[in-house]
Amino acid sequence: MGVELHKDLLSSIGVDVERHAKMMGMGLAGYQAGFMSQSNRPKAMAYFDWFMSEIQAERIAEINALKAQKKPAVGTFCIFVPEEIVVGAGGACFGLCGGANPPIADAETELPRNICPLIKSAYGFKLQHTCAYTQSADFIYGETTCEAKKKTWELLGKHHPVHVMNIPHMKRERDLKMWQEEIKEFKKHIEEVSEQKLSLAEMLDGVRLINAKRDAMKRLDTLRGMHQDIMPISGKDALFISQMSFLDDPKRFTAKVNELCDELDVRIKNKVSVFPKNTPRIMVLGTPIAPPNWKLHTAVEGSGACIINEEGCIGHRYFKDNVDIEGVKDEDELYERLMKRYSKIDCACFTPNTGRTDKIIQMYKDRKADGVIYYTLSFCHTYNVESHLVTEALAKEGIPCLVIESDYSPEDAGQIKTRVEAFLESITFKQKAEAFANK
Amino acid sequence: MFWGVDIGSTYTKIIGIGREKEITHHAVIPTIFNQDVIVGEYLADKEVKMLVATGYGRHMLGDSHGAPVISEIKAHAKGAYFFHNEVKTVIDLGGQDSKVIKMGDDGGFTDFRMNDKCAAGTGKFLEIAANRLGLDMQTFANVGFDADKELTISSMCAVFAESEVISLIAKKESLANICWGVHESIASRLASMAKKFVLNPNDCIVFTGGGALNPFLHHMLELKLERKILVPEHPQLMGAVGAALSGLEVLQ
Repeated sequence: MGVELHKDLLSSIGVDVERHAKMMGMGLAGYQAGFMSQSNRPKAMAYFDWFMSEIQAERIAEINALKAQKKPAVGTFCIFVPEEIVVGAGGACFGLCGGANPPIADAETELPRNICPLIKSAYGFKLQHTCAYTQSADFIYGETTCEAKKKTWELLGKHHPVHVMNIPHMKRERDLKMWQEEIKEFKKHIEEVSEQKLSLAEMLDGVRLINAKRDAMKRLDTLRGMHQDIMPISGKDALFISQMSFLDDPKRFTAKVNELCDELDVRIKNKVSVFPKNTPRIMVLGTPIAPPNWKLHTAVEGSGACIINEEGCIGHRYFKDNVDIEGVKDEDELYERLMKRYSKIDCACFTPNTGRTDKIIQMYKDRKADGVIYYTLSFCHTYNVESHLVTEALAKEGIPCLVIESDYSPEDAGQIKTRVEAFLESITFKQKAEAFANK
Repeated sequence: MFWGVDIGSTYTKIIGIGREKEITHHAVIPTIFNQDVIVGEYLADKEVKMLVATGYGRHMLGDSHGAPVISEIKAHAKGAYFFHNEVKTVIDLGGQDSKVIKMGDDGGFTDFRMNDKCAAGTGKFLEIAANRLGLDMQTFANVGFDADKELTISSMCAVFAESEVISLIAKKESLANICWGVHESIASRLASMAKKFVLNPNDCIVFTGGGALNPFLHHMLELKLERKILVPEHPQLMGAVGAALSGLEVLQ
């Protein structure tokens, strides 16, 4: 493992090396037990296994090599960041640690207990100095998608530079206009950090790179979920790839995902599935599932079902739309196109947000899924409240749905498994009853 | 013999049924360490044609005895349907879980709700409160009928509810009134979970699990849902019955 090799680098960016090594050890052990033990995995997963082993080592060295050339390094917690601009400037845009339980106790020394585990975990990682990504970031990108985050940036700003973009909560003309101004300002901030002017051509290059990455992920999503009897890759592996899309170098990542997809194409042709025929196909909706939060996928795929799609920000919501740069002549036009792309994000921070429900129902039909699990983190009020509207709409369509609210602690893993098993029993019973009635 | 074992967080329930679905054996033993071994000892001198496990510890029995497992939801649905086949909703209050199960017309369940990671609204909560008041469960379950004041426990958390109980003790509130408050808090939680599924005023509701042994809770639940609620003779055995039945059905 490369962490040892990069010890000096890690301590030079302020990582608490000893504590960091302990947490990395736990994360890697969890990954080995939960992922590498799966049978019949695609060969191309080897790259992602390697990436996991180097997640806080080689990749950190790469990011810091960019920084040495004055390229921007931006850490984020949301998909509203115009990463095209960061990448266009030759820099790196990456998701920060925020999916693990151990740092939460530290975070609670400054933050209230009753806010979402993602914010607490991320904040704890900063206080503990145990996330090499957080330590590498020139600044942390904050947004105003929820009250808890919005206020947390003010506290986090005492520990690390933060740049906040105001995300509107409605999509009226005047909201979108303001938003476009925010993108423009973000670009200016990137220029300040890198002390260099950023040209239209460079930004367009950034867009092309990220569009290609999203295309690769869409391809994977299709291969994974659109073939009814063949699931060529486990939901767990596919989730992990989505999680890594926020960390890896976009160019290399795109190539590796496409390589994997080539292999999955062959698998589908040869009818190679990692699940037996008639395995119930489950879609997961809701809040982001940051690594190493693999609790739900482990419970579902350990109970005889497979997950064929994640609707969340770590998932479909992130890669479903591209930026259309056809015929863009000047910067202002590019900002407008960026805004248009980002305004399609159906985050629960928006009111109204009916587009999300429509998308979910369409997705369910396209993928011939058997059921839906609406997963929400505790105290994630937007997704939690919206679950009522979504499940109501699903019930109308006759779509079976289970709502699970949880956090990062391991204590409810057994209870979640019970609920998942019961849900699967109800789906298979329904299928059997329908088959019987249709005879 | 067809056996159903329900390893719950507090008690392990064992049921043995014959070919005609007649109950020939039943046992309730406290859940302690190595429960799978204890179950093995209980069954050692008995004929076992089929063994199906359910409950919180079901996988333990699955691993050591190779027993097929079913979820508690399916088990309670089956058990309740066996005794009351007009049932439309099952409310189950166990040691660490509470569930509301919506039934189809044919004995299968169609939907369910379950408490989240939280002890408020579970049997454990009643146990904590009874201990704090120095009462055994039997007394605790009956004294609430003598209440003359409606005390409310407002905390969402069992741990804080316990401190609310302590502060009521300090205020010299009567045992009966405090018991009333504790039961009211559980009953309103269960009722709000159940209201989503109870649509028709004549729908039959069956109350199962160890919690259904508590007559005052049963009474409060009837008040909250404004209807009669059936309790089978051995409500805490319903999960085990459901498990045994599902084993028998497979072999038939």
